[in-house]
Amino acid sequence: MLDNTHSFRFFNRGPSPMARLVFFAMLSLLLMFIDTRYRYLESTRSTLSVMVAPIQALATLPGRLWNQVGGYFSAQSDLNNQSQSLRQQHLGDAAQLAQLQALQAENQQLRKLAELSARATYSTQFAEVIYIERDLFKRKIIVNKGADANLQAGQVVMDDAGIVGQITRVYPWLSEVTLITEKDHVVPVQVLRNGLRTIIFGAGDTSHLTLRYMPISADIIEGDVLVTSGIDGIYPAGIPVAKVTRVERDAAYPFARVTCLPIGGVDKHSHLLILSSLPKLPEPPVAGSATEEGKNPKVRRKK
Amino acid sequence: MALLDQPKTEIQRPVSNLFIVTSIVAALLLNGLPWQGYALMLRPDFVAMMLLYWCMHKPMRIGIGLAWVVGIFADVADASLFGQHALTYTLLAFGGVVLHRRLQMFDLRQQTTQVLGLFALTYTVYALVHWLVDGDVVWGYFLGCITSTLLWVPLSLVLQRLRQIRVGRDHR
Repeated sequence: MLDNTHSFRFFNRGPSPMARLVFFAMLSLLLMFIDTRYRYLESTRSTLSVMVAPIQALATLPGRLWNQVGGYFSAQSDLNNQSQSLRQQHLGDAAQLAQLQALQAENQQLRKLAELSARATYSTQFAEVIYIERDLFKRKIIVNKGADANLQAGQVVMDDAGIVGQITRVYPWLSEVTLITEKDHVVPVQVLRNGLRTIIFGAGDTSHLTLRYMPISADIIEGDVLVTSGIDGIYPAGIPVAKVTRVERDAAYPFARVTCLPIGGVDKHSHLLILSSLPKLPEPPVAGSATEEGKNPKVRRKK
Repeated sequence: MALLDQPKTEIQRPVSNLFIVTSIVAALLLNGLPWQGYALMLRPDFVAMMLLYWCMHKPMRIGIGLAWVVGIFADVADASLFGQHALTYTLLAFGGVVLHRRLQMFDLRQQTTQVLGLFALTYTVYALVHWLVDGDVVWGYFLGCITSTLLWVPLSLVLQRLRQIRVGRDHR
């Protein structure tokens, strides 16, 4: 019998649109799953980025040319003022630096006396911002140094005032910096005034950071400066991060709502400093093994 | 509105592959311009518009597979999740290919409403993926869908003109 339900096709054009849709949609979903869960695709991404790079470079060319032309025609008086203010700042900084060096030496000596490990010094690299956020509500920027300058994901990015973000992805010639204002980006910090340890979260909009999980009784007031605590081994200790702008204490909630502004010019600068990665801290004890020991007290007793 | 009601019988020269590829690369370029703040929110998705145009007019050549590949490139360029743009462009191309006869029956004004639906669908999928991964809905995405639709008529006219210029030049 002839199967009349099957539509007859004169020309064979490969699979039907529906089949293609299902195939490619599944493929995309698979890719998304792998990308969110396992991050296996970074090498593929960097390979493809080499092909996209010329398009991106061309797209940002007008803006860069405009900047260069603007810089060329900037007035002499402006430059004079700028150099004067920079000179003044330099004098001030030099005095502070001399003091800092004395303090550093003193600190090192004290640490040696107390037999603590010395604080690591870190070298910096200079990088220029090429693209700002590509996706709405994503706080990411792209800088002009990548694997060619030995950058690695996890390195800390700052400007002259404070922490700006962290490198999250490295391409051959570019790298992606996630700003500290990105939603759920976390920096371990310390209140400069009293050493209170806490964690600061990005809020997802331009100039906004929050401290969650601060007990109502916590000693924190408006105007407090938060600096990195250096506890996770990723951020070096003592770099300014944010300033507390508002503290709301409502007895109905267990936690105070603390709003902060970043100190570093997260959205302002076109040049940034990238810190070299810090020496690895010793691995923390694994939680699993500890609980196992706890579960089997007999085993421990035998030992 | 004489421009909008152009007779459909006009014969256009076959489009070279180079022309199509150039137009898509140009769209990627436009998407890559340094948009910021509100401009970024209002930015039409040029790549999506270009893909839909070609899927509608040349469904035999530009189809779902190519849309997927372009989507992957868009993902790399935007540093977004791998497959996010690919999925949305795949859906868009499917809509374009399946509906191309119906869309071509309409004139440009009527096409606009149809195209709005397609763009809204793709933007919804994009926002949905964003919601699943990051946990928040960004309503700003939908503004881009409206500007894309508003630019549909100018884009179609420009591409039509470009294709006719090529005819004129060859005849001379």
